[in-house]
Amino acid sequence: MEWLDLIAQVSGSAIRFSVPLLFACLAGLYSERAGVFDIGLEGKMLVGAFTAGTIAALTGSAWLGLLAAILASVLFALIHGFASITHRGNQIVSGVAINFIAAGLTAQLGETWFKLGGQTPQLTNDARFMGYAWPFADALRGVPVLGQIYSQILSGQNILVYLAFLAVPITWWLLYRTRFGLRLRAVGENPAAVDTAGISVPSMRYAAVACCGILCGFAGAYLSIAQSAGFIEHMTAGKGFIALAALIFAKWRPVPAMWACLLFGVLDAISIRLQGVPIAGIGTVPVQLMQAVPYILTVVLLAGFIGHAVAPKAGGVPYVKEK
Amino acid sequence: MASTKAMAAPPAIALAHIDKRFGPVHANRDISLEIGKGTIHGIVGENGAGKSTLMSILFGFYQADSGEISVDGEVTRIMSPTDAIKAGIGMVHQHFMLVGKFTVLENVVLGAEGGFVLNSGLAKARRELERLEKDYGLQVDPDAVIDDLPVGLQQRVEILKALYRGADVLILDEPTGVLTPSEADHLFRILRQLKAQGKTIVLITHKLKEIMAVTDRVSVMRRGEMISTVATADTSPEQLAELMVGRRVLLRVVKSEREPGRTVLEVKNLVVKDASGTTKVNGVSFVVRAGEIVGIAGVAGNGQSELLEAITGIRPPSSGEIRLNGKPLPCDAAEARAQKLAHVPEDRHRLGIVTSFDACENVILGYHGDELYQKGIFQDRRAIRSDTEKKMQDFDVRPQDPNLRLGLFSGGNQQKIVLAREIEQDPDLLIVGQPTRGVDIGAIEFIHKRLIAMRDRGKAVLLVSVELDEIRGLADRVLVMCGGDITGECAPETPEKQIGLMMAGAAA
Amino acid sequence: MSGPSRELPRWVDLGLIPLINLIAAFLVTSLVFLAIGESPIESVGIMLNGAFGYGSGLGYTLFYTTNFIFTGLAFAVAFHAGLFNIGAEGQAYLGGLGVALVCLPLGFLPMVIVIPLAIIGAALFGAAWAFIPAYLQAKRGSHVVITTIMFNFIASALMIYLLVNVMSPKGSMNPETRTFDPNAHLPLIHDVFAGLGIEIARSPLNLSFLWALICAVVIWLMLWHTTLGYQLRVLGANPAAATYAGMKPPRLIIIAMLISGALSGFLALNEIMGSQNRLLLEFTAGYGFVGIAVALMGRSHPFGIVLAAILFGALYQGGADLSFDKPTVTRDMIVVIQGLVILFAGALEHMFRPQIARLFQGSRFKAREA
Repeated sequence: MEWLDLIAQVSGSAIRFSVPLLFACLAGLYSERAGVFDIGLEGKMLVGAFTAGTIAALTGSAWLGLLAAILASVLFALIHGFASITHRGNQIVSGVAINFIAAGLTAQLGETWFKLGGQTPQLTNDARFMGYAWPFADALRGVPVLGQIYSQILSGQNILVYLAFLAVPITWWLLYRTRFGLRLRAVGENPAAVDTAGISVPSMRYAAVACCGILCGFAGAYLSIAQSAGFIEHMTAGKGFIALAALIFAKWRPVPAMWACLLFGVLDAISIRLQGVPIAGIGTVPVQLMQAVPYILTVVLLAGFIGHAVAPKAGGVPYVKEK
Repeated sequence: MASTKAMAAPPAIALAHIDKRFGPVHANRDISLEIGKGTIHGIVGENGAGKSTLMSILFGFYQADSGEISVDGEVTRIMSPTDAIKAGIGMVHQHFMLVGKFTVLENVVLGAEGGFVLNSGLAKARRELERLEKDYGLQVDPDAVIDDLPVGLQQRVEILKALYRGADVLILDEPTGVLTPSEADHLFRILRQLKAQGKTIVLITHKLKEIMAVTDRVSVMRRGEMISTVATADTSPEQLAELMVGRRVLLRVVKSEREPGRTVLEVKNLVVKDASGTTKVNGVSFVVRAGEIVGIAGVAGNGQSELLEAITGIRPPSSGEIRLNGKPLPCDAAEARAQKLAHVPEDRHRLGIVTSFDACENVILGYHGDELYQKGIFQDRRAIRSDTEKKMQDFDVRPQDPNLRLGLFSGGNQQKIVLAREIEQDPDLLIVGQPTRGVDIGAIEFIHKRLIAMRDRGKAVLLVSVELDEIRGLADRVLVMCGGDITGECAPETPEKQIGLMMAGAAA
Repeated sequence: MSGPSRELPRWVDLGLIPLINLIAAFLVTSLVFLAIGESPIESVGIMLNGAFGYGSGLGYTLFYTTNFIFTGLAFAVAFHAGLFNIGAEGQAYLGGLGVALVCLPLGFLPMVIVIPLAIIGAALFGAAWAFIPAYLQAKRGSHVVITTIMFNFIASALMIYLLVNVMSPKGSMNPETRTFDPNAHLPLIHDVFAGLGIEIARSPLNLSFLWALICAVVIWLMLWHTTLGYQLRVLGANPAAATYAGMKPPRLIIIAMLISGALSGFLALNEIMGSQNRLLLEFTAGYGFVGIAVALMGRSHPFGIVLAAILFGALYQGGADLSFDKPTVTRDMIVVIQGLVILFAGALEHMFRPQIARLFQGSRFKAREA
C-alpha cells in the first residue's frame, strides 16, 4: 500500500508543478499559432507573479491579485506585440528584452516598495488561493486507488489548478471550433491569405498576444499567491522556458500540451523525491540530470528522432504586404 | 452580343485618374478605365507596366494617391479588401492566398465564417459550394486539404472563395502561368460560363493569345500608363505587342545555320524527385552538342526546374547518368563549375544573386574560389573590382557602379550581371533558365544575341523557357517536357499548335 | 519588378538611428528612476562618473566591455551566416570548464604555455557546446534558436552538477573550484603597467581585453576579406544562392557555429582566468544574452560591436557604482536598463526609421527603375 500512497503523493505534487507550466504553455500556444514567437513567457510570468504578490499583499484579496497579474502581464505582451507586430522587430530579441526588463524591474520595484530583499510581504491565507478539500476526502483517504485519487489528487487543490486544466478544452474548442481559432491558425500559416480575406493581420495577432498575456498572468499569480505565500525574486526559475519546451514537445497542440506539462511536472516531482535517494542498480541519480530532462527531450524531438515538430509556417516572420 | 447591350448600363467598374507612387517608382500614372458589366476585360502589359498595382488598388490592397473608383456607377471608397469584397469585387491572386494546411471548406469560409461558432457556417458553406459547383462546373472536394491538391484545383478554390463572397466582378492576375494548355482551356470555359451568368471578369496577363481567345475588350498598359483600350475583335496580337512595347517588335532572332559538333552534355535515364519525394523528372535522356542551342519547352512545373537543378549539381538525382565532355558529372555545383559548366538559373532572385550584396560580390558568386580573386589567404579586392568593372562594361550594365547593391539594379541589368559572370568564364556548356523573365525589352534582345554568340563560338547551350516564342526563336532543336517526361523533340519551325499538343502530353 | 527601395545614407543607418533608439531607451529609463523616487539626471551623472570619471572605474568599464565584445562577436558571426545563436550563455559557461581544466592541473607551467592552452581550452569547450545545435541545424534542420536555448539550460544543470559533486575541493561546501595557481592568472593591466614603471588604477581589467580587440580585428578580416567569410555571408543573405554557388551549407553552418561558440568561450578567459581565478556558478551572468543587443547595435560589424560593448560596459560599471552610492537603487536596475536598450535598439530598431527615411528622402536617392 505504501508505494500506492507514494504514487498518489507524487502525482499530486506533479499536478501542482505542472500548473504554471500549463498556463504558460497554452499562453505560448496562442501567440505562436498566430505566428508570433515568444521566448518572453518567463518574463511575463515573473511580472504576473510580482504584481499578484504585491496587489494581494496590499488589498488582501487573491482575486484582485490575480486580476492585476493579468493586466500587468497583458501589458508586457502588448509591448512584445508592439515591437514584433507593429514595428516588425525581431521576435526573439523582443522576447529577450522582455525577460531582462521583467527580471530587473520586479526585483528593483520589490526592493523599493517593500525593502524585503526583493520579496513581497508574506501573505495570509485569505490573500491566497488555498486548496479546497472535497467532501469526504479524509474519509476516503484509506481506500486504495480510487480513494487515493479522490483525496490526494482531485481534492485539495486550489481553484487555479482546476482552471488550468479547464483551459485545455476551452483552448481546443476556441482553436478548432470557432471563427477566432480559424483566423488565428490561418494568420500563423499564411497571413497574406488572411489579409486578402479582409481580416486585419495585426488585430488578429494582437488578440493572440493578448490571450498569451492573460494566461501568463494566471501562471504568475499561481506561483506567488497560490503555490507560495508571496513573490520571491526570480521565482519563475526557468519555468517559462520549460513551458516553451513543452509547447514544442506538444507540436503546438493544446491537448498534447497538457500531457507534456504533466510529464515535465512528474519529472520535477520525482527529482525532488529522489534527491539523494539511491536507486537499486543505478545509484543516485543526480537531481540536475532530472532537471535537464525536459530540455534534452525537446532537443531530441527537434532533431526529428521522435516525430517531427513543425512550427507554424509564418512563425517568427513579420507580415509585410507584398505587391 | 450581350456585351454591347450591357455597355449602355453604368460600367461595372470605372477608374478615374488613378495615380500611385511607391517612393521613386511611379507605378500608375493618371489611369482611367471603364469595365463593362458582363464582359471579360483583358489588361495586358510588360512586367512592371503597373497592371498588378492597378488591380491591387481596385481590390483595396493599396490605396491610390489620387483618383476615384466607381462600382456600378457609384463612387466607392475602397480602403481595404473588406471594402472591395463588400462592393462585390473578388480577386484571384497570382500567388494563391490559401492556407495550405486547411481544407477547401475552411479556406472558402475564412473571413466569411457566418458566426462565432464554426459549425453552422461550415454547413452553410458546404451547401453553397454544391450550388456553385452545379452552376459553374467548379468541382472540388470540400474536405480535401489544399496542400494535397494540384495547382489547377487550388486556383479553382480561389475562384470559389470569391464567388462565395458574392463577387460580381472577378479579377484574375496571370491565372494561366501555372496551368497546362488544357487546364487553361478549362479555366476559360469557366470564365465564359461566369460571364454568361452576368459576372464581370478582369483578366490580367502578358499572354496575347489568351487575350485574343477569351476577352471582349482589352486595355494595354505601358510603364504605368494606360495606352489604349480597344475591342478585341478590332485588334491583332501584333498590334497589341507594339502597343505594349511602344515600338515594332522583332519576334524573330537572326541567326546563321551551323552544324553542331561533338557531344558535350549527355543525360541518360535521369530520374529526379522533389523534397516531398514526388518524381518530377521521369527517366529523361537527351544530348546537347557543341555549337547548338537545345531548347526545352513546357508549361512551368513539368519537371524543367528539377532537371536543371540535377544537371547543375543543386539537387541530387535519384538515378540516371549525367556526362559532361564524356566524363561522369557528380552532383556538386562547385565540381560542375570546375568542369566548365555555367548556369544562369531560372529564378534569379532566389538562386542567382544576393540582392543585399554589391555588384563586385555578385560577380564572384560561384567563382569565389578562383585564384584570380585571391591574394594569399585574403580576397584580392582590387582584382575583383577591376574584373567587375570589365564585365559590367562588356555587358553594358547600367549604372556602371561596381559598389552598388544589386537590389538597386533593374531586372534586366541584374540578369546581365548574371550572364556576364557565367558567360565570361568561357564554359563548354551554358545552362540557361528563363533568361528573359522580368527583363525589359531592350535587354531581351541583348541577352538573346549573347546566347546566339555563345553557340556561334562552338559552345553547347541548354535553354529552358516557358516562353514558347523564345524557344522557337533561339533553339536549334526543341525538346518538349510534360509531366516529367520528354514528350517530343522537334525543329523550332514546327507549328506552335503541334508543340502545344506535346506540351499537353500528346505524342508528337 | 523591384519594390520601393529606400537607401539611407550610411551615417544615418549606422549612427543616427541607433543614437535615437538609445535616447528613447534612456528616456524610458528616466521614468523608471522617477518611479523609484530618484532623480534621473543625478543618477546619470553618477553612472557616467562611475564608468569614465576615475581610473579604476574606467578599468572596470573596459573589463565588462571585454565580455560584451566576445559575446557580441559570437552572435554576429553566426548572424552573418543566418543563424540566431542565443546560446552564448551556455557556450561561455562550458568555456569556463575548458579554462578550468587547463588551469587547475597545469597551473605549475610557465605562463606563456598556460595562456595559449587556456585560450585553446576555452575555444574548444565553447565550440563543442555549440557543435550539437550546429550539427542538428545542418543535418536535421532543427532550429538553432530553440536548441541553443535548451542547451543553455542543459549547460547550467551540467555545471551545477560538476561544481557541486565533482570539482569542488573535498570538504568544501562552496560550489566552486580551488583558486588557480598564480601562473594560471591572466596578468592584470595595472600589474603589466606597473612592470613598465607606470602607475595606473587597480581594476580587474586584464590581458583578455587585448585578446578581445585582436579577435575583433581577426573576425573583421575573416568576414570581409576571406573566401570563408564571403561564403558565410552569402549563406546568411541567401541560402539558396549559396547552394547554387557550390558552397556546402551544412559545413558552413557548423563552421559559423563553432567560431561563434569559441568566441563565447573566451568570455571565461576574462571572467575566470582574468578575474575570479577559479571556476564558479553563474559567472556568465546574462552577458551572453546582452551580446545579442551588442551585435545588433553594432550592426554586426566588429568595429560597431566594440563601440556598443563599451556602451554596455559603461552601463554595467556605472550602474554598479550607482547602486553602491544609492542604497535605493539595486544592481537589478542595470538589468532593467539593459533590457530597455535591447528593446529599443534591437526589437524596436525600425520604430523611428520611417520618419527618418522621410526626412532624408529625395536628397540621396539611388534607386533605379526598369
